[in-house]
Amino acid sequence: MKYSLFSLLRQAASGHEHWPAQWRDPAPKAAYDVVIVGAGGHGLATAYYLAKEHGITNVAVLEKGWLGGGNTGRNTTIIRSNYLWDESAAIYDHALKLWEGLSQELNYNVMFSPRGVLMLAHTIHDIQVFKRHVHANRLNGVDNEWLTPEQCKAFCPPLNTARDIRYPVLGGALQRRGGVARHDAVAWGYARGADRLGVDIIQNCEVTAIRRDASGAVAAVETTRGEIRARKIGVVAAGHTSVIMAMAGLRMPLESFPLQALVSEPVKPVFPCVVMSNTIHAYISQSDKGELVIGGGTDVYTSYSQRGALHATAHTIEAICELFPMFRRMRMLRNWGGIVDVTPDRSPIIGKTPVAGLYVNCGWGTGGFKATPGSGHVFADTIANDRPHPINAPFSLERFRDGVLIDEAAAAAVAH
Amino acid sequence: MLLIRCPFCGERSEIEFRHGGEAHIPRPLKPASLSDAEWADYLYNRANPKGLHIERWRHVHGCGRFFNAVRDTVSDFFLTTYKLDDPRPDLGQLANGQRR
Repeated sequence: MKYSLFSLLRQAASGHEHWPAQWRDPAPKAAYDVVIVGAGGHGLATAYYLAKEHGITNVAVLEKGWLGGGNTGRNTTIIRSNYLWDESAAIYDHALKLWEGLSQELNYNVMFSPRGVLMLAHTIHDIQVFKRHVHANRLNGVDNEWLTPEQCKAFCPPLNTARDIRYPVLGGALQRRGGVARHDAVAWGYARGADRLGVDIIQNCEVTAIRRDASGAVAAVETTRGEIRARKIGVVAAGHTSVIMAMAGLRMPLESFPLQALVSEPVKPVFPCVVMSNTIHAYISQSDKGELVIGGGTDVYTSYSQRGALHATAHTIEAICELFPMFRRMRMLRNWGGIVDVTPDRSPIIGKTPVAGLYVNCGWGTGGFKATPGSGHVFADTIANDRPHPINAPFSLERFRDGVLIDEAAAAAVAH
Repeated sequence: MLLIRCPFCGERSEIEFRHGGEAHIPRPLKPASLSDAEWADYLYNRANPKGLHIERWRHVHGCGRFFNAVRDTVSDFFLTTYKLDDPRPDLGQLANGQRR
């Protein structure tokens, strides 16, 4: 069913009791042309673009839990593309351009809200790095501008620009095209879109092994719901990528860390934009429900626990309270953790692997949500044509062997 | 917050420590003879297991010394900690004797 004002009125007339399910719940077939492991935003987007742009509809997306239940449902939904290096600017801005038309593309309101992302500078080093970003972004056609502390205050009135706080605001870099989107709607919109094109989304189906033929190419995956044959397998498993790739005998340049986030009680609109502080690890915006959505830095040790330590959250709250004193008496509703797969250069890995028929899209670390549409778009192209799309070609697994890192770790000046 | 047993100082709270990544990765004895792929494996590839993990920790706000630990990355439970020059423990034996 196409969603429109007409369908809304018709369903309203019958008390909203006859909306059809947004996607099927199919049993796995014995074989598919392509199997995608992981039904998060990136995996579902990959399946959607495989079907939509490449006509490959005999596709299964396997998910060990429920779709969108991993990092897609756990992140702080910040979208921006003001990365330093040309390769990063290309892929993140490709994604941002897709975000701008995504609700229409999917016929699903993903609530993309380009309300502006303000990144605060607290030290002389921050100022130098961010100004360098502003210039590099402009050369790449990505909008980014430098704001003085007074301009920061005007753009975000709750911000504390006093000079006597521990990390005073010395300025900020503002990307006006950046913003937030409704994370669940992104997964649901892509799931519905892919399902309508014939893709099978199979939930509660955990991959337990990858089977290979005599030539070494992938032949099938073993799952908790039986064996599924496929000549092409795309792994989009975020924090569990190392576990899945080990099933094919591959070691990955990845470490998995918990990354925590939390939300406050809902209040009236008080916060007009997204504010990020890489230096003191505080990320904040207000959701359309009214909750403050707050994120911090990763926990310090590798883990798959999806929890993280309370003192890491407390550290983030301290930073928020200093930057936004009006929130000091807000109550927090809940916090949670997601497992993020971090690469040595903090850039993703998207492309082919040494195993024929096995493709990987991983390493998005702490900031993958913003790339969801672009990541799925270029990964689908890579799988369909068995060669990397020009945009993701630099993000190969081989860059670590060849020494051509895309070092956003150093560029972001984040105390990782 | 975790309690971590430093082999030199005893049990201390987690915030006194810094995680040092995977343990028992020896520096290549003949660096000049390594291929690019072997260098990449040494520098970047990590086991990153879901389960028992042998890793380095450093008691930065205590004695300052490095030591090794075996931790379950699903529960964050520490099975044992030991000094750097102690032999690598047998994970199978440790798992069998794991307290819960």
